Amino acid sequence: MLLIKNGRVMDPASKTDAALDVLLDGEKIKEVGPAGKVLAPQGTEVFDASGLIVAPGFIDLHVHLREPGQESSETIETGTRAAARGGFTAVCCMPNTKPVNDNASVTRFILDRAKVGGSVRVWPIGAASVGSKGEAIAEIAAMKEAGIVAVSDDGKPIATARLARQVMDYCRSLELPVIEHSEDASLAAGAVMREGVTSTRLGLRGMPGAAESVCVARDVQLAELTGARLHVAHLSAKASLEQVRWAKSRGLRVSCEVTPHHFTLIDEDVQYDSKFKMNPPLAAREDREALLAGLADGTVDAIATDHAPHEPALKDVEFDRAPFGILGFETALVLALEQLVQSGRISLMRMVELFTTGPARVLGIERKVAAGQPADLTVFSTEHVWTYNVKESPSKSRNSPFDGRAFKGAAVATIVGGRIVYKQ
Amino acid sequence: MSINFRDLLALEPLTADELGFLLDQSKPFQEIQKHPLKKLATLRGKTVALAFFETSTRTRISFGTAASRLGADSMNLQAEASSLKKGETLLDTVFNLNAMKPDCLVMRHAASGATDYVARHLDIPVVNAGDGTHEHPSQGLLDALTIRDRLGTIKNLNVTILGDILHSRVARSNIHLLGKFGCKFALCGPAMWVPRELEKIAPGTPIRCVYRIEEALEGADVIIMLRVQTERLDDPPLSANDYVLLYQLNAERLRRASSNAIVLHPGPMNRGIEITPEVADGPQSCVLEQVTNGVAVRMAILYLLISGATESGTHPALEVKSKESANASD
Repeated sequence: MLLIKNGRVMDPASKTDAALDVLLDGEKIKEVGPAGKVLAPQGTEVFDASGLIVAPGFIDLHVHLREPGQESSETIETGTRAAARGGFTAVCCMPNTKPVNDNASVTRFILDRAKVGGSVRVWPIGAASVGSKGEAIAEIAAMKEAGIVAVSDDGKPIATARLARQVMDYCRSLELPVIEHSEDASLAAGAVMREGVTSTRLGLRGMPGAAESVCVARDVQLAELTGARLHVAHLSAKASLEQVRWAKSRGLRVSCEVTPHHFTLIDEDVQYDSKFKMNPPLAAREDREALLAGLADGTVDAIATDHAPHEPALKDVEFDRAPFGILGFETALVLALEQLVQSGRISLMRMVELFTTGPARVLGIERKVAAGQPADLTVFSTEHVWTYNVKESPSKSRNSPFDGRAFKGAAVATIVGGRIVYKQ
Repeated sequence: MSINFRDLLALEPLTADELGFLLDQSKPFQEIQKHPLKKLATLRGKTVALAFFETSTRTRISFGTAASRLGADSMNLQAEASSLKKGETLLDTVFNLNAMKPDCLVMRHAASGATDYVARHLDIPVVNAGDGTHEHPSQGLLDALTIRDRLGTIKNLNVTILGDILHSRVARSNIHLLGKFGCKFALCGPAMWVPRELEKIAPGTPIRCVYRIEEALEGADVIIMLRVQTERLDDPPLSANDYVLLYQLNAERLRRASSNAIVLHPGPMNRGIEITPEVADGPQSCVLEQVTNGVAVRMAILYLLISGATESGTHPALEVKSKESANASD
């Protein structure tokens, strides 16, 4: 057993913010009670969380672990170690591996690898279409039986409106969320950053914000048509957020996530440095303002990292040739603290919600600090001062624009299934 | 006055003083182009690496001629002869060139920012000979020199740039240089090639995007033509006939400009598309002076960067012209 004592428990599900002790017994939480009042049997391991926040385990809805197929950039083992260091207890890995996770055998392979070498829970997302090619529907039911939690053709949207509609119809019957990487391929063709004054000045080909929002508009209307659960991945544009707001106002089952880099950086930060190249690209100043407002007012459901490792040999090339994507696990919590909480934009409780109950609701599961719940907890500090050094990351890749940035706050312990998988 | 930069990657970060200095330094080299014996010994023993990862004729020959007239040797790398097709990275190719110990790298590349990227990894001066659709600094300088020779000044002029501005590295270098001397710009061409964002790329410089050529030419002192890249006519699909109808510079349209207006073109020209032969060969055209000035400007660039990077000493030709330039390599 493991007793987490003297911590400040923040549980968005029950709106609890109190000094509580939490006793874990294997996979489950056994008891939650006032500090000093929870009795643990002899031999119980004790973690002193004095001065720290104890939250439900963080869930990352959007990650790339690169296994199988691109193990030189990341593996399930290295990726989940980085996730644990960032405070994540569960990560949802996108299906754009090699081969694509579009059938139950790949799903089972990922889960087997996670069982052997994973530090945190790995919840695979299956491809919506075979090979994510946008032609035929993948074997979604078989993958669901194997353990997928959602479907997506991430890296691109489901290619046609017709197929997207069919996938949504099907997934509604299977009770699976459809996660969309919303992007109009023709508007985004050849682009390496967001279109605007900066792309024009730098002479880099830009995609307009509308490349995302026209596809979000398509998808929310299909969600209305089908009644499916639609989740918009890494939403970056103000106009897309307005589409989600419209969908929510109509009572549709539509949700969205925002990445830390999109609420922290903007297109003006791009200076031919491929560490600032990701898709969707860093957006305009007014988009970032809109995302911050959406994070505060509840339109945004979750913070997700889009952790996208690329080994240095791939990323250290001309800006035009570099692949899209940056690391995300170890800087997500601290960027949220810096940009959202320390800046006064949202409460600490709301931030915890964006990492826990928010993403859990997207997946249709519960997440709270209560007896009988899974013994997954994230313990973090809001005070610890440190500097991120990407060279120390367990990830196999180094593509972070936040290398060398000083932060206040940190994940201190990550607890999965009653075990401490990371301790600072 | 001296230069305090190691590389010449873009004109955008340079001050008016620095740009003016580069133009002044080009003056004596312009004189050299008129001499029967054009070869100097200034950079004897130095080597200039010319790495053109994108095909180029005149810029490569111009830099090669500039190096040769300064007495330097050059090594040539052309895209088709390079290892890039064999899978070598840009950085590895450049490191291999650098291992042959050149004193300066002149580089052209199809990717915007590629020269910035390479310069961050090299310890020798890097000259940008055109990177993607970003900048073409030596072209910006030679255009300014040509304008100053013809009109006596580059200050406070009305400059009209015609054509595919979005994809033009020449236009960006022109704007960043002339803008610092108070010039006002009218950018004109099909709307897909002249996005409104261009009005904000050089804060402090008045830039207007206009879509009627008659309006763009009104009162212009300088008209800079850009080559219509015929490969661009497919993206977006645009009719060549429409382009001629709306944007071709012909003698009648030119009359809307100021009476002593001059016409520049970085070449190669598509006669009959963006410009009529009558205008291209007319008295207002400066096209061939631009080419001659290109060699002078590139001599000045190579001289300043190489001698500035390695040793003290001023070429006698520079002392004749101005006292200031004696400090060129401090």
